[in-house]
Amino acid sequence: MLALQGDFAEHARHLELLGTPVCLVKTPEDLRGCEGLILPGGESTTISRLLESSGLAVAIRDLVSQGLFLFGTCAGMILLASEVVDGRPDQIRLGMIDITVRRNGFGRQIRSFEADLEVEGLAGPPVRAVFIRAPVVERVGPSVAVLGGVRYDFAEGEALSVPVVCRNERVLVSSFHPELTSDLRLHEYFIGMIQSA
Amino acid sequence: MSAQEEMSAQHQEVATGRVKRGLAEMLRGGVIMDVVNAEQAKIAEDAGAVAVMALERVPADIRREGGVARMSDPVLIEEIQGAVTIPVMAKARIGHFAEAQILQALQVDYIDESEVLTPADQAHHIDKWAFEVPFVCGATNLGEALRRISEGAAMIRSKGEAGTGNVVQAVTHLRSILGDIRKITQADEAELFGWAKELRAPYDLVKEVHDSGRLPVPLFCAGGLATPADCSLVMQLGAEAVFVGSGIFKSSDPAKRAAAIVEATTHYLDPAILIKVSRNLGPAMVGIEMDKLDVHLADRGW
Repeated sequence: MLALQGDFAEHARHLELLGTPVCLVKTPEDLRGCEGLILPGGESTTISRLLESSGLAVAIRDLVSQGLFLFGTCAGMILLASEVVDGRPDQIRLGMIDITVRRNGFGRQIRSFEADLEVEGLAGPPVRAVFIRAPVVERVGPSVAVLGGVRYDFAEGEALSVPVVCRNERVLVSSFHPELTSDLRLHEYFIGMIQSA
Repeated sequence: MSAQEEMSAQHQEVATGRVKRGLAEMLRGGVIMDVVNAEQAKIAEDAGAVAVMALERVPADIRREGGVARMSDPVLIEEIQGAVTIPVMAKARIGHFAEAQILQALQVDYIDESEVLTPADQAHHIDKWAFEVPFVCGATNLGEALRRISEGAAMIRSKGEAGTGNVVQAVTHLRSILGDIRKITQADEAELFGWAKELRAPYDLVKEVHDSGRLPVPLFCAGGLATPADCSLVMQLGAEAVFVGSGIFKSSDPAKRAAAIVEATTHYLDPAILIKVSRNLGPAMVGIEMDKLDVHLADRGW
């Protein structure tokens, strides 16, 4: 669990409820022995700076070549994306999943919202998805599968459907925050990705 | 299905408690910096601030210059919103719901109903449930925190004594809030009614603190933080993030100090990193002792 900034405690609690051993990662040494890494919600420009100053950006890239699995929510999705619109030019792009995201694409906090969504691969009722100044996925590459989307009124009468949960072989991303509700299914799905490898 | 039907089928809702608290959760482990213009906002963002607080004068100047301190000019807030991509907060006077309405229309990301400005109402705080934008309020003790939460605050910051560069009151308030939470978790059901009475706070919120062992909303720390070590101190005491006001832009090298404070707030348990970032920061703001103060801002609010 990347623990530089953001709501990593909520993610860690979800993992604990699922019986998964959790380690909080603040330095490259903390990554030793991790099979998967979750990048939490938070402020992507802040986490980006801290990833660089701590040496974790380099360490994560190294471990990915050895098979590390990654799950990013909101800010985590932005950090993992191959392309970021409306970010800072010096912001880190780990480029682990071939998508283009627009930071704060749904608008400022007053437009933050929650909604019920169907997510492919999650059985049962819809997921209650909480979006906080969330990124919008504007492009999805051929190597990426879209597992869920939301229909949103970007401007008066201009409702569009946009992807909000995507994955490739070893990377899962969501624009919303599954860690802010008591629904454990998306975390379970990520653990399933690691176990089935 | 039409677009409208599809959206209502998804039960889309804005401004729920979860959405309001959610942004505060995202700011955890971060530093929110006071800025008075777009240039300072850029420096704050460059240094890794999670958000900026837009205001006309930092608390140290309000304290020095005196006069009535009010909501900022909308132009200033808009300039700052245009300069940075991180959340922008702004302050309204205690009880001044018209200022808050203006700030909401400006789409600031959080409103701070703040004792640093001159109070507009001597008995009532703003009814924060009436707003879609979330609010943060200051508190010196648990009762005050729970009263603010009952009025709709989605984040609490310990007040400290703003504009002094002196961390002593921040520590006092944080210890008071967290100490009482620890005691309440040990209380039995009958004692909870006594606590509600003593704290002058709603029983339901006292019960929630008892059951969860924490405040119902994130607890940040503010008021007098000036050094990386100050931030490490309050994070170790149990603050979930920090507000730094005058401490950055009243110091000799704001950019360097801001970046150091960001690192210290993340790595607050790592002395090796704290040594590294504390080196050669230049003079901190001078600071004032509590018994030399004419005005105690923390006493404002009821």
